[in-house]
Amino acid sequence: METKTLKTEELILNMGPQHPSTHGVLRLELELEGELIVNVKPHIGYLHRCFEKHAEAMTYPQVVPYTDRMDYLASMSNNLGYAIAVERLMGIKVPERVEYIRVIMAELQRIASHLVALGTYGVDIGAFTPFLYCFRDREKILSLFEMTCGARLLYNYIWVGGLSHDIHPDFVRLTKEFVEYFRPKIVELNELLSFNKIFIERTANIGILPLDTAINYGVTGPMLRASGLKWDLRKNDPYSIYDRFDFDIPVGEGEKGTVGDSWDRYFVRVQEMEQSLRIVEQAIDQIPEGNVHEAVPKRVKPPKGSIYSRVENPKGELGFFIISDGSVNPFRMKVRGPSFVNLSVLNEISKGHLVADLIAILGSTDIVLGEVDR
Amino acid sequence: MMKPEEIFELLKQKFDDKIIGFENELPVDSYIVVNPLAIKEVSKFLRDNEQLKFDSLMCLSGVDDANEKKTKDEEGNEVIEKGTLSVYYHLHSIELGHKVNLKVSVSVDNPNVESVESIWRTADWHEREAYDMFGIVFLNHPDLRRILMPEDWEAGHPLRKDYKNPEFYNGMRVPY
Repeated sequence: METKTLKTEELILNMGPQHPSTHGVLRLELELEGELIVNVKPHIGYLHRCFEKHAEAMTYPQVVPYTDRMDYLASMSNNLGYAIAVERLMGIKVPERVEYIRVIMAELQRIASHLVALGTYGVDIGAFTPFLYCFRDREKILSLFEMTCGARLLYNYIWVGGLSHDIHPDFVRLTKEFVEYFRPKIVELNELLSFNKIFIERTANIGILPLDTAINYGVTGPMLRASGLKWDLRKNDPYSIYDRFDFDIPVGEGEKGTVGDSWDRYFVRVQEMEQSLRIVEQAIDQIPEGNVHEAVPKRVKPPKGSIYSRVENPKGELGFFIISDGSVNPFRMKVRGPSFVNLSVLNEISKGHLVADLIAILGSTDIVLGEVDR
Repeated sequence: MMKPEEIFELLKQKFDDKIIGFENELPVDSYIVVNPLAIKEVSKFLRDNEQLKFDSLMCLSGVDDANEKKTKDEEGNEVIEKGTLSVYYHLHSIELGHKVNLKVSVSVDNPNVESVESIWRTADWHEREAYDMFGIVFLNHPDLRRILMPEDWEAGHPLRKDYKNPEFYNGMRVPY
């Protein structure tokens, strides 16, 4: 018998929901031919906590802690996205001091979120050491947050119209120290992981996401930028006071393989951390005096109407679609989570790869299941 | 860059009565209301037209309008006018930088909307979510299954305003 006619039967393999490399409770149904992937069918919903249903039963300020629990690695950014959506609906203008503190928090959060993404990505591929380095540095950011609002993971810090607390008197000094401390660590991470031969072999040319596919699938954030589009809502659809800062938008260049491969997605995040540091550095010196509670409304009661408002989260475009019927509860609140949309492209980019590569691809999409399932 | 009003005029010329109206109440987003069975061809036009180029669907949301009306007719019998479900589409053109929002409304009894999955693939999961949460049926969707709720959830569609939690699911108590 000729080898050509030898064909293995299609094999269905189940991966997850309890699998360390699915980054949470995600189940993937793999359709395999030998070791090659024919189809990936993600099954989600294991972490569905009915955010949208809960939101309808609560007042607007009560929703803030629930937004923490969506992308729990970037709670500050979620708070910010929600607060901005409601403020736009109500036409609230927040004090300058609040704007600056918000930007600093959101950018520190972006670094923290990317550190988790990069560290765990290393673990997925088989490099354990960078993970420890990343978490050591993330710990410092969490300490800054803890000192600001008392919480290390779920902050409930950015409120509609303001903040829950003003910053600690030592915050500015310690943040400056952190920026000084962290900048060389990015170089260290590059030496340790980014330009490691084995790491490049595992990630370059794997899971290539062409730009038109990315746009058609609604992919946003570092994943879209890795595919070569200079697209960042902080610049392209500015909110808060991002137009005052000088920073670049890193894009994937196919340095180690093809534009839009897993290595590009990884490296865009590394470069973004540096840009976030630049923003923090500029903002920290300019924080004006003011009262952070000044614009917090006693009663949040937006006028009748609806709004779709989006911000650039560490993982991509976080959109809130809110319909208000003029009462103190939202009539409808839909969240367009970046992880939810970014995960939907998985099948498209993993076809024809090996099972082991699927781990590399999934890791490079950087999803948080809390946001996928909400 | 085109304003939503101009896009509405353009669509009205092209599609005539398939475009139902234009909702614009400040301070809110404005919506072009489209016939639910024509949404696919309108979307295709919006995506492919040189002046429009809406290459990105930012968000697709189902909404229960909760507008069921109970009135009494001349003989005193109760007449129930069934409510509607709506789907909102938020579009954006990356190349040209303009935005537009579409809206379709369907009756609860016959919630059929044409799927736009083949225009923007991102609509795939969003439509599945709208089906799961509201029971809106997207015609010609390749894989319309529940996405967030368990596949054997029989108690209906949770985000509808008249939804009641079941007491048991597969023999397990639901309210805890």
